[in-house]
Amino acid sequence: MSKAAELAALIGSQTALSNRNLIINGASQIWQRGTSVDTISTGGILCDRWRIGHSGTDGNVDVDQDTSVPTGKGFGFSQKISMDASESSLDAGDQVNVTQKIEAQNLQHLEFGTSSAKSLVLSFYVKSSVAATYTVEWLTRDGTQRMIGRTYTINSANTWEYKTLTIPGDPSATINNDNGIGLEIRWWMDAGSTYTGGTFATDWENKTNANRVNATTGWLVSTSPTWHITGVQLEIGEQATPFEHRSFGDELAACKRYFEKSFDVGTTPGVSDYNSTENWTVNADGSGNAVISPSFKVEKRAAPTMVAYQATGATGSWNYFRDGATGTGGVTFDRIGTNTTRCYTAIGANWASGSIFGHWTADAEL
Amino acid sequence: MNITSAQYFNHIDGTQAGIRIVVDDVTMDVPLDPANRHYAEILRQVAAGDLTILDAD
Repeated sequence: MSKAAELAALIGSQTALSNRNLIINGASQIWQRGTSVDTISTGGILCDRWRIGHSGTDGNVDVDQDTSVPTGKGFGFSQKISMDASESSLDAGDQVNVTQKIEAQNLQHLEFGTSSAKSLVLSFYVKSSVAATYTVEWLTRDGTQRMIGRTYTINSANTWEYKTLTIPGDPSATINNDNGIGLEIRWWMDAGSTYTGGTFATDWENKTNANRVNATTGWLVSTSPTWHITGVQLEIGEQATPFEHRSFGDELAACKRYFEKSFDVGTTPGVSDYNSTENWTVNADGSGNAVISPSFKVEKRAAPTMVAYQATGATGSWNYFRDGATGTGGVTFDRIGTNTTRCYTAIGANWASGSIFGHWTADAEL
Repeated sequence: MNITSAQYFNHIDGTQAGIRIVVDDVTMDVPLDPANRHYAEILRQVAAGDLTILDAD
């Protein structure tokens, strides 16, 4: 068999030729919530689909879009995670990580929970200010939570390196065929003994906090620690393939299933923005409320959390004008669906006609 | 998630519709959907005794 035929057979037997990357926004292209935040809350998301987790740290966790990328690989941005202060000493519960959660119904072809469970290979480009051995964790959430970890080594500080990690499928894990969390992939920058104190899980096992991380990396106690990632790909098989670059539009649409906004893609929700507001002509009812139904461009994973923004950026209300008056009225999203949402807002007069304008965001993240 | 206030809100017809929360000074309307991550977090904090949801106005 020729080399080309061998390669074709290998690809054909293991994974798809397109749409093989299970990660969304792996190239750090989409930043609908903004491109820089100081002091992100735990559970917060800045780079679309990438959730920051942290606890116990002396300093705050910052997240930034960064133009530092591996040379010659076609990436425009990376995600940078940094601390604004170092730990004086690492406490047991200290930890910082970044996670992508994958929707369960997108993972049915992995056949987890059966004897045919498929292997996965993760590839990514990473750069850290601290040369050390770091952990990546895979975690399932349905039924008994299952986990497995792998390590990768940063050989040279502040240098882009390419890593590939392979895990077997888990015949014992449960991934329901629904819109919940199917699999979490978590990169740990550092962690204390709460997460490192046991025996590192190099085979699938039931979730045990002490077994989740291989060892502390020294990242949190270092001076001005930084960690970058881009070019993340998770695919079926045991051999990583070159990163599948997707168009900006395709990636944005994929992200919008989990977060969408009326603001232009490059506008951070909450800033003053009169240019791209949505506008509705309305008639108030006998209580002075006008009812409208904004539609989403992409159907949401679940009923989303809704936020209304005035053009000035203030939340919870929209602007209105009607004959003889202008003002702002509180907004209530009272029938939130996955494709549209009904809401009502007061325009200051009963049975009056007028116009409403403002922005909204819809958050259906996992 | 730092939820500083939580209060039920109603449909325009007066029946219960969701929970309005304030997180980092942002006012959010959360549907009563177990698949919504904010609703799940509200339930977790209530169960832990860390959050009380006020009745609707």
